[in-house]
Amino acid sequence: MIGTSFIRRIGLIGPIALGFLSGLANAEPVLIGSKKFTESYVLAEIAKRALAKTGVPVDHRQGMGGTIILWQALQSNQIATYPEYTGTIAEEILKSPSATLNEMREQLAKFGVGMTAELGFNNTYALVMRRDAARQKGIRAISDLRNHPDLKLGLTHEFLDRKDGWRPLAEKYRLPASNIVGIDHGLGYEALRNGSVDVKDAYSTDAKIGEYELIALEDDLQFFPQYKAVFLYRLELPPNVIAVLRSLEGSLDEKRMIDLNAAAERLKSYAQAADLYFAEPSSPASREESFSHKLWRWTARHLQLAGVSLLLAVAVGIPLGIAASRGGAAGHLILGFVSAVQTIPSLALLALLVPIPFFGISPRTAIAALFLYGLLPIVRNTATGLQDIAKPIRESAIALGLEPAARLRKVYLPMASRSILGGIKTSAVINIGTATLAALIGAGGLGEPILSGLNLNDHATILQGAIPAAILALLVQWSFDLLDRLLIPRGLRL
Amino acid sequence: MESLVQLSGVSKTYGSSIALHPTDLDFARGKTTVLIGPSGCGKSTLLRLVIRLLDPDGGTISFDGTPVTLANISDLRRRIGYVIQDGGLFPHLTARKNVLLMAAHLKWPAGKMQSRLSELCALTRFPESALDRFPVELSGGQRQRISLMRALMLSPQLLLLDEPLGALDPLVRAALQKDLKEIFQRLNQTAILVTHDLAEAAYLGDEIVLMNEGRVVQRGTLSDLRARPANAFVGDFITAQRSVTLS
Repeated sequence: MIGTSFIRRIGLIGPIALGFLSGLANAEPVLIGSKKFTESYVLAEIAKRALAKTGVPVDHRQGMGGTIILWQALQSNQIATYPEYTGTIAEEILKSPSATLNEMREQLAKFGVGMTAELGFNNTYALVMRRDAARQKGIRAISDLRNHPDLKLGLTHEFLDRKDGWRPLAEKYRLPASNIVGIDHGLGYEALRNGSVDVKDAYSTDAKIGEYELIALEDDLQFFPQYKAVFLYRLELPPNVIAVLRSLEGSLDEKRMIDLNAAAERLKSYAQAADLYFAEPSSPASREESFSHKLWRWTARHLQLAGVSLLLAVAVGIPLGIAASRGGAAGHLILGFVSAVQTIPSLALLALLVPIPFFGISPRTAIAALFLYGLLPIVRNTATGLQDIAKPIRESAIALGLEPAARLRKVYLPMASRSILGGIKTSAVINIGTATLAALIGAGGLGEPILSGLNLNDHATILQGAIPAAILALLVQWSFDLLDRLLIPRGLRL
Repeated sequence: MESLVQLSGVSKTYGSSIALHPTDLDFARGKTTVLIGPSGCGKSTLLRLVIRLLDPDGGTISFDGTPVTLANISDLRRRIGYVIQDGGLFPHLTARKNVLLMAAHLKWPAGKMQSRLSELCALTRFPESALDRFPVELSGGQRQRISLMRALMLSPQLLLLDEPLGALDPLVRAALQKDLKEIFQRLNQTAILVTHDLAEAAYLGDEIVLMNEGRVVQRGTLSDLRARPANAFVGDFITAQRSVTLS
C-alpha cells in the first residue's frame, strides 16, 4: 500500500517537476561562445541558428577573446558550448600534443566537457599559391616546391619564427632557403596577387583563398599539425541540444568554410554567412535588428557599464583619496595600489578577472575592470585637492573648534571640490573610452561593432561604434563642465 | 583674581631646534597681553600651543582653571577666538557664512545668529551690505574685520591674534589698531596679541612680554622695559624700533 501511494505521488509530482525544469530551461538560453576571429563567429552563428530551428532558446556571446578565456568560461559553465580546434585542445588545453581524438575525449570528460566529431575541415597553416601559376608549373603539393627554387616566398614574420613554422618545414621537405622575404599577412596577399611573390603562408580556410583564387598546397609529408574544427560542450546539456551540435559533424569541408568566411567578410554579417550554410536566402531587413535599435542597445549598455563603474569609483575613490591625503604608509600604499592597477593592460585585467567565479563572462567583469581604472584619477585628485589646502585655512578650521568630520564636510571637501570633480571627469571620459573593451568578454556596448568591424576589416562597422563612443565622451565632458558650475562653490570660481 | 591662561613648564622643539624653552607664563583676565620679539623668538609658537595647533613637548597649559587635554580641546577652542595674518577665511564661503559657520554648526536659531551678526558688524564697523561677498571680493582690511567677527561670534573668553595687521598698509592698519583697542575695551576682552611692531604693542597692550630665542626675556609695560631693560637685548630691541623712541 505504502509503495503504491508513493508511486502515485511520484506520478503526480513527476510531470510538475518536469514542467518546472523545462520552464527553467526556457528561461535560461543556451549560451554559445566564440573566439574573436571571423571563422569562430561564423561557426557559433551556425550552431545558434541550428539550435534556434529546433526551438531551443539560444544566445551567442560574440568574440569573447582567446582560448584561455573561452575554456575557463566553458569549465565554469558560463557558456554551454563553443567552436574549438583539435590542435588547440591537445596543445593548449590538455597539454598533451600527441593525444588521439579518443584520448582527448576521455580527458575532456574529466572537466565535464564533451567534444563533437570533426566538423569536416582542417584550419591549419598552409602554403598557398595562385591557382593559375600552380597549374602552369604543375605544383600540387609542398614537396613539388623542391623542384622550383626560383619561386619567391613571402612569409609572415610569425611563420618565419614559429617552432612549427618555416625552418622545420624547410628541413622536413628539404626546400631551398633562398628567395624568402618577410611580409605582413594582409600585404602578402596583395603581393601574391600582383605577382611580387609566388608562395605565402596562410590559414587553410582564409577567406582570401577563395577570393583571390588561390590553392592551398597539399601537406603531403603531414608536417602541419591538425587543427580540425569541433564543438566543445558541457556534458550535462540536454540530449536534444547535444544532438543538434552533433548534427553539424562532417558538414563543412575546407572549401565550404572558406566560402562562408568570405561571405561573412563580404556581407559584413556573420548571421547572413550562417544563413548561407543552411542555404537560406538571407533577408536582412526582416531578421536583422534595425540600426537605430542596435545603436540604442549598444549605447544604453555602454552608458550602463561606464556609469555604474563610475559611481562605484566615486563611492570608493573619494574615501580612499581622503585617507591618502593624510600621507604616511597607508597613503603611499593606496596611491601605489591605484597607480599599479592603472599600469595593467586592460586586456590582461579582463583576463585576470574572468576566472573569478563571481565575475566570469559578464558585464560585472567589465564594470569591475572599469571601476579599477576609474579609481586613480579620483583618488589622486581627491588627495592632492585636500593636500593643496593652505595651512592657515586648515588651522583656522581646527582653531574654530570644528570636529574632524565637520572640518572635512564643511571646509576641506568643498575647497577640494574642483580638483575632485576634475578627477571624476577624467575617470568618466576614460571609462567611456575603455568600456569599448567590454565587448572582448561579451559584455556588449559600443565595442561590439568596433570588434566585429576589426574582424571583418570593415571600417564602416568600426565607425558605427567609434563615432558614438567619441560623441559620448564629448557629451560627458560637457555635462561635467555644467556640473562644475553647480557643484563648485562660487567663491572658488571668482 | 586667577589668570585665564596659565602655562607651567611648557616647551616645544622642532626636531633638534628648540622653539620654546620650558616656560611659565600667565595671562590676566580682561587684559591685552602682547607677545613681541624678533622672528623665530617663539611668540607664534606660544600662541599656537595655547589653542593646541601644536602639542607641547612638556608642561601643562590651563584654561580657565582646566588643564587643556585632547579630550576637551574642541570645547575649549569654541571659547577661544583666533585671528591670523591673512585672516584664514574660507574662500568657498561668503563673509556672512564665514562668520556664522560655527554658530550654524552648533544649531543656533536663525534670529539669534542674525542679531549677533548685526551686533558684530556695528562693533567691527563692517558694512552689512558687503556680507554676501566672498573673501576674494573684500579688501585686506575688510577681510581682517570678518576674521575678527568670526573669532568673536561665540563671545569667546579669550582672543588670540597672530600678527593680525601684519599684511595691511599703514593707513588701514592704523584704523584697525584704533578699532581693535575700542573693541577690547568695550568687551573687556582678554586677548593675547603677537606682533613684532613695538608701536602696536605699546598702543594695544596692557602688558608686553618680550621674547628672544625661545625664552621670555622681560615682562612689563613699555616704560618698564625702556627704563629698566633686563639685559642688552632688551635695550637693543627697543632702540632698533626708532619710531617708538621718537614718539
